[in-house]
Amino acid sequence: MADALVIRGLEVRFTVPGGEVPAVSNVDLDIRPGECLGVVGESGSGKSQLFLAILGLLAANGRAAGSVRFGEIELLSCTTRELNEVRGSRIGMVLQDPMSSLTPHHRVGDQVAEVLKFHRGLDDAAAQARARQLFERVRIGDASRRLRQYPHELSGGMRQRVLLAIALACEPQILIADEPTSALDVTVQADIVDLLCEVHRESGTAVVLISHDLGVVADIAQRTIVLYAGRVVEDARTRELLSSPRHRYSAALVRSIPRLDDAVGSELATITGQPPDLVTAITGCAFAPRCTAATVECAHVVPAMSRDAHGRLFACHHPVNAQ
Amino acid sequence: MQPLLEARRLGVTFEVAAGLFRRALPLQALEDVSFAVDAGETLGIVGESGSGKSTLARAVLQLTKVTAGDVIWRGQSMGALDAARLRATRRELQPVFQDPRSSLDPRMTIGEGVAEPLSVTGATRDREDERVIRALERVGLSAALRHRYPHELSGGQCQRAAIARALVSNPALLVCDEPVSALDVSVQAQIINLLRTLRDQLGLAMLFVSHNLAVVRYVSSRIMVLYLGRVMETAPNSELYARPLHPYTRALLAAIPDPFKPRGDLRTAVTRADPPSAFNRPSGCEFRTRCPFAIGLCAEQRPPLEEVEQGRWVACHRWREVAGLPPVQNG
Amino acid sequence: MSDVAALALPEAPSRRGLWFDAWRRLGQRRTGIVCLVVLAALAALAIVGPFISPYDADTPDWRAVAVPPGLTDGHWFGTDRLGRDLFVRTLDGLRISLLIGLAATAISLLIGVTWGALAGFVGGRTDALMMRFVDILYSLPFLFFVIVLTVLFGRSPILLFVAIGAVGWLTMARIVRGQAMVLRRREFVEAAIAMGVSTPAIVWRHIVPNALGPVIIYATLTIPQLILYESFLSFLGLGVQEPLASLGSLVAQGAAEMESAPWMLLLPAGALVLMLVCFNFLGDALRDALDPQSHG
Repeated sequence: MADALVIRGLEVRFTVPGGEVPAVSNVDLDIRPGECLGVVGESGSGKSQLFLAILGLLAANGRAAGSVRFGEIELLSCTTRELNEVRGSRIGMVLQDPMSSLTPHHRVGDQVAEVLKFHRGLDDAAAQARARQLFERVRIGDASRRLRQYPHELSGGMRQRVLLAIALACEPQILIADEPTSALDVTVQADIVDLLCEVHRESGTAVVLISHDLGVVADIAQRTIVLYAGRVVEDARTRELLSSPRHRYSAALVRSIPRLDDAVGSELATITGQPPDLVTAITGCAFAPRCTAATVECAHVVPAMSRDAHGRLFACHHPVNAQ
Repeated sequence: MQPLLEARRLGVTFEVAAGLFRRALPLQALEDVSFAVDAGETLGIVGESGSGKSTLARAVLQLTKVTAGDVIWRGQSMGALDAARLRATRRELQPVFQDPRSSLDPRMTIGEGVAEPLSVTGATRDREDERVIRALERVGLSAALRHRYPHELSGGQCQRAAIARALVSNPALLVCDEPVSALDVSVQAQIINLLRTLRDQLGLAMLFVSHNLAVVRYVSSRIMVLYLGRVMETAPNSELYARPLHPYTRALLAAIPDPFKPRGDLRTAVTRADPPSAFNRPSGCEFRTRCPFAIGLCAEQRPPLEEVEQGRWVACHRWREVAGLPPVQNG
Repeated sequence: MSDVAALALPEAPSRRGLWFDAWRRLGQRRTGIVCLVVLAALAALAIVGPFISPYDADTPDWRAVAVPPGLTDGHWFGTDRLGRDLFVRTLDGLRISLLIGLAATAISLLIGVTWGALAGFVGGRTDALMMRFVDILYSLPFLFFVIVLTVLFGRSPILLFVAIGAVGWLTMARIVRGQAMVLRRREFVEAAIAMGVSTPAIVWRHIVPNALGPVIIYATLTIPQLILYESFLSFLGLGVQEPLASLGSLVAQGAAEMESAPWMLLLPAGALVLMLVCFNFLGDALRDALDPQSHG
């Protein structure tokens, strides 16, 4: 019986010269077993830090507070040893940069086998055999040959698949993929997203897909949350988020997706300005300076999460009207 | 009216070391590529990794040696220029690279970085500061930023600074190699709009290299599609998207994620097959191993690049059938 | 929504460059700061010291021959076999050793950085030729080289500089060449090439500043190494001549008197060791401070 991941009041703060940076503030989130969740936000929105905090992978100057319950375990108060049991085995994570996630001087097959030996106690022969199976599962052709190659001999898409194989090796209940498609060609992107869908369907693994690209997430996520400046600003079923977003930022994001049926020569809709620098304290809604509907209230009062008739959550004083 | 930039049967071959005692293997990064860009025009160059598009950008910038054919600027072959003339020509052809942070020297301030092209022409000191400020304002950065260092700026701001640097010497053509691929989607949109505005305001010509067809259409008047170093199709912007003539173009279009439409099948069928290695080129048409339209002829004879309609070039035996298909439903 | 809108930014432009950050990080390391202070004190003493003491380095004091260190009569470090004040001679030796070490390092920096940066950046045949030259020099036995030079040209401080300088720049060149080869591939260097910036300008403006991190660290480690070379040469009698004293020659004289007058060995040797240790620790601390991986 798979466990749900229940996050309440998660805060992540980094100590830097000059003060503290609240990378994640007051996040409540449920990840239900077998669910496929999309997490969307720009660089600096806290989307990666949120999940790094859960797995105890924050940098030395970071601190997490709040509650993250995975079944019976409170992850934030686990020892490193206890976390090692969970990491890689029950929760798998694929980090952002494939080249630096793989050890350059070990063959990729050995890197997959290493995880199996550590978590499942397999011997070398068994681990290599299982690694081969995993390679086939993530659709790496010519698996026997690829197992013996080094990371630099593989293309970007291939490396990403190897990382997926490592993350899936111990059949985790939750798979977290952080920007798995950035820096990949559009055709390879499509393939990786396909693969994630398949994994989700076939093994019932919950999948969390983190990306700055709403288009990529929309392909497989049933539910999507939008992060801005470290806070969740909207949490809704993906279809509804795309057709009628409530939060102004989500609406702007949806509008800025390039559409092939836009007239040639038309301008791309953009959001003026850039995300706030989190070192300086923010009063009120973080999006207010860039929001076309902002009022005085927005600049002073942090909007609380409200729930609408459809069960959607959003934090906005002047949400876009529902259709 | 001669074109500003011309490439005639451009070819770039690299020698790749194959071991201590074996002869180096030739890697054909580009073969038989020809195009022309007029003043004020933007040519989009699209392809996957390994298509040779970055090599093409570098060859035009004379960063990579051209092993066949020629790059011609204002009617003169760039390969034949002496060092001094080449330097003068370089002032007119400025680059914008993919990774904004590594295209700026981390030990120089933004102001110093943006001013660097001026050192080549020898502008005097105070004029220099003026021109830097003007360039920064053109790209939407406040003049105060010129005292900052790249690591203090966001990715989008760094890319703007890189563009300012490219503009400061009043070039005629910008060579942009994946200028937005390393940026967040929301920032991508800002930079694309910036490039469009600059193009219109300054009459700049541009070479816009990207792997993303969705982005290229906002900037280009014509688009060229590369595969394994060869041109597959060239067409005016609107026509390429409405009526692609090459199966590869169709595959690329289909692969673009459109969240508003349900996922289709064409994308996965084509992309499932691995692209062939550039060392082991398939005989005949290189795309046939992934092409749903491939027939026997495709393996025997490489289709020549022909102008089949006004302004439309394609290298495919079955382009007529492809032309007759309904428009691509991507997603 | 027009895109070209000026972006609001906090007003004061801060010059928070990478050097400033490194300086701040150095300040956080106690060992580094302590060593820096000690070295500065030694240097100050070497300059000022002779003026404090009533004695000078050359005049023998026949009333106080081979006197142990003490606070009476101003011979704080004692005297040597000829009655010369050891305090002043030690400080003189310190000054000369420091000068030679710093000057020789400066020369080897200049030659080594230029050589390596050019070789690494230009690459190809030029690089091969330049580095083969370095390899050949590397394989010369240093001592024989110095002896031959001494025989040919007699002993002189200039010869000392040449000999030490000739050896010191080799490793620097190799280090910088490695850095230059990596930097050559960085996009900002390619951008500079594409803009038409000349090779010397690129090397000077881009390659050298970005390679300086390892260069500075290696330089602080080269200084003690070169001081040791010089001390060794002087110890053997090939370096600084009488009546000038370097720490090496003082150690040689002290070694001869080791059993009867140990202070003649211990005090100069102690000064030498203190200086070398400080330089080495400082180099270590600098490496930590300049390590680009420990940013932010």
